[in-house]
Amino acid sequence: MNYEPVIGLEVHVELYTKSKMFCACSADYFGEEPNTHTCPVCLGLPGALPSPNQQAIDWCLEIGLALGTKIANSSKFDRKNYFYPDLAKGYQISQYDLPFCSGGEVTLTNGKKIRITRAHMEEDTGKLTHAKVDGKSVSLIDFNRSGVPLVEIVTEPDFENAREVVEYLKKLQQTVRYLGVSQADMEKGDMRLEPNISLRKKGQKDLPDYKVEVKNINSFKFVEKAINFEISRQAKILDVGELPVQETRGWNEQKNATVSQRSKEEAHDYRYFPEPDIPPFTFTKEQIEKLTKKTPELPAAKLERFKKDYQLSQYDAEILTRDLSSADYFEEATYAGKEAGLTPKQVANIIINKKPDIANILPATLIKNYIAANQTAPVDKTKLEKAIDEVLAQNQKAVEDYKSGKENALMFLLGAVMKKIATKLDANLLKSKLQERLK
Amino acid sequence: MLDISDLTIEKAQKLIASKQIKALELTDAYFKRAVKLNPIINSFITITGDAARDQAKKIDDLIANKQPISPLAGIPIGIKDIFSTKGIKTTAASKVLEDYIPPYDATVVTKLKDANAVILGKTNLDAWAHGASGENSDFGAAKNPYDLERVPGGSSSGSASATAANQVLAATSTDTGGSTRQPASFCNVVGLKPTYGRVSRYGTVAMASSLDTMGHITKTIYDNALMLNTTAGYDPMDATSSTKKSEDYTKDIEKVPKGLKLGLPKEYIDGLDDKIKNVITSAAKKLEKLGVKIVEVSLPYTKYGVATYYIIQPAEVSSNLARYDGIRYGNKRDAFGPEAKRRIILGTFTLSAGYYDAYYLKAMKVRRLIRDDFINAFKEVDALICPVSPTLPFKLGEKASDPLSMYLADIYTVNINLAGVPALTVPAGFVDDPSTSSGQVLPVGMQIIGPDFSEKLLYQIGYAYEQETKWYETKPKL
Repeated sequence: MNYEPVIGLEVHVELYTKSKMFCACSADYFGEEPNTHTCPVCLGLPGALPSPNQQAIDWCLEIGLALGTKIANSSKFDRKNYFYPDLAKGYQISQYDLPFCSGGEVTLTNGKKIRITRAHMEEDTGKLTHAKVDGKSVSLIDFNRSGVPLVEIVTEPDFENAREVVEYLKKLQQTVRYLGVSQADMEKGDMRLEPNISLRKKGQKDLPDYKVEVKNINSFKFVEKAINFEISRQAKILDVGELPVQETRGWNEQKNATVSQRSKEEAHDYRYFPEPDIPPFTFTKEQIEKLTKKTPELPAAKLERFKKDYQLSQYDAEILTRDLSSADYFEEATYAGKEAGLTPKQVANIIINKKPDIANILPATLIKNYIAANQTAPVDKTKLEKAIDEVLAQNQKAVEDYKSGKENALMFLLGAVMKKIATKLDANLLKSKLQERLK
Repeated sequence: MLDISDLTIEKAQKLIASKQIKALELTDAYFKRAVKLNPIINSFITITGDAARDQAKKIDDLIANKQPISPLAGIPIGIKDIFSTKGIKTTAASKVLEDYIPPYDATVVTKLKDANAVILGKTNLDAWAHGASGENSDFGAAKNPYDLERVPGGSSSGSASATAANQVLAATSTDTGGSTRQPASFCNVVGLKPTYGRVSRYGTVAMASSLDTMGHITKTIYDNALMLNTTAGYDPMDATSSTKKSEDYTKDIEKVPKGLKLGLPKEYIDGLDDKIKNVITSAAKKLEKLGVKIVEVSLPYTKYGVATYYIIQPAEVSSNLARYDGIRYGNKRDAFGPEAKRRIILGTFTLSAGYYDAYYLKAMKVRRLIRDDFINAFKEVDALICPVSPTLPFKLGEKASDPLSMYLADIYTVNINLAGVPALTVPAGFVDDPSTSSGQVLPVGMQIIGPDFSEKLLYQIGYAYEQETKWYETKPKL
């Protein structure tokens, strides 16, 4: 292919606040009876007014800080005017020209930096369902989701392929979970993904003259498929000398393809203007510092610390820091492990290999159980050392193999020592002893 | 039967508290008058007899049980039919909402109910509060009690006409561009447009959110201050309401601050109709006699007010009316009247891509300059006095076919909304008009405008003037 994909991303993250963005209704609507989490405000009844949820605003700022963005000194909400039956007020309260957060970056494992354009707050809409009631086709609206707080995070078109996009998304998901501001549960629609994709000639610096947006994708797998589909679809169009249409498309799971939804000619004019029902905001240095202090250790920092403090490999550290609960579990377990004479590396192996049910088994219990299960007859130290000496001397080839990188050879040597001693030994202990000797 | 013709809230409250009359008697007397006069004046869209009587009985029980009662307890009031009232139809005088019954009360209504006021009905208005004559109501225009061939002003047409005709002792109103002050002026009653943020907007059908204020209309200044004592204050449901503490507005109302200096803005006097000018200048002289110093001041951006207002207001209207899609409640959009449609189209246009900067954004900048005009004037004087309307109450139908001349009637009121400052309409006299068929003279009001949150001062000035003039004693011949 002679083209280079140019991909940007918009992600909507639903916040996990108790109440909605502008009213006191519960924001925990998933699976609830339709229209039970509603009030005059989120139903858009005549006269109702929005009162902003401070928790949601703080959380948006925390996301912004975690993504390295700058928090605006002054900001405001705006009205985005458009008609849709699930939009109770006929406008969505969003942010236009003064988002809370702008200009950050996220670093991928290949070292590439993805620039964050902005992160802003807005409210979710209701949900339309097309159903049959008494044999009639009807459209039903559930306003339980109406007014639930969303943070929209927009990147610059810095991605070159779907792999980078997915890595970024996983990082973003991990970050908001670490912050404890969203469950980021894809199944529940907590994260909605909108990649915009276009192609340019290899080596070309300017952005292409068009872009195709794929709306409302709810899984990392589909975003990958949609991007790859678009890349080949657009390449075919460019190959015959044409320009792909600037449009909005949707991902169709059944067809395994993107389908056109709206072209540029039909684009909305949202008639943005400052939301007069909510006074503008100013964020002081002190406020931002307070939030920064509140921000917990983020995934990237934790990963580095695990590698350094616990002498873990990149691989182990990545697995253990993937979510906050297993990272915390590991750290707890290292205390119990230390008392039982286990190194953090050994504790990490236990957790990674045994995959304990961390919600139900306490870290100390895990270690206790492990020690009990691996209770071995005490082996005379000199006898063991002697056995190791003999095995190493008799198996020069295996020793050479191991030193040249063949991990399997170690297991062979381990087996040989076990056989010689003829008693049950703690395999992990023996393994590290052998590794020590072969250094 | 109880004679209610001379009652004010202040008087009625004393009669109730001293058990000379029962709240139920008072409610019944006002209910009868409201029902009797409504076919003539059309002040009400809904009259709520049974609910009002139940409320009055409750207050009589409180008094019988020696419970403390508030100054508004048992007082029959009207609620402009744009304030949501739980269980009572709230139409905004539009066919779109002709059957809409809100499940909740506006904050002002909650406060008045908590003060045990008796809601006698929902008063008429220009649909969606769009208008200055009351003629835009989808349920027929209200009439001016001083001349039934004339308009009572608008948009709070029914609140002004009902108070003037003594169908209620007070009524709530809104003021986005003059909707409280102009009808108060046309009907010889007192109307307050409070500081933006002083009274919660929650639950009142929004017209133009950045300009809307929740006022009220009464016969006297003291009554007006009593109402504000109840309605003012911070409301967590309205993010634009002020956290500044409200005051006891009746306390020291009879005292005029020493060395008071008032300004007569020349832009509001130059070119003014002679008859109205005479009323304002003689009012100024009256105040001078009371020891107040009067000086001329200038508000140079005044002339841009109407143009600025008719950009910002329709823009916000177009967005605020978008929810009336007939899906969740109300009728379909074809039920909107011509004036609402006109404003929706105007506002949609000025907010459109490519026009926003030239219209809305520019207007917001001019708005800032207009506010600065007032701030600067208040460095020189304590308050301003000026006319409310460039014309006398006009005849029904006279301007109905000319929306632009109707817009220009807002010339002395809109700047105050753009600036956000408070203003009080006080009855200032009567003028005869040869075209008045009934031979009645027509009322003229004046405005007292003060800095942010100066309502107390406005009442003190108004009270001093009212004590000298007592124009409220000149009742309509009905």
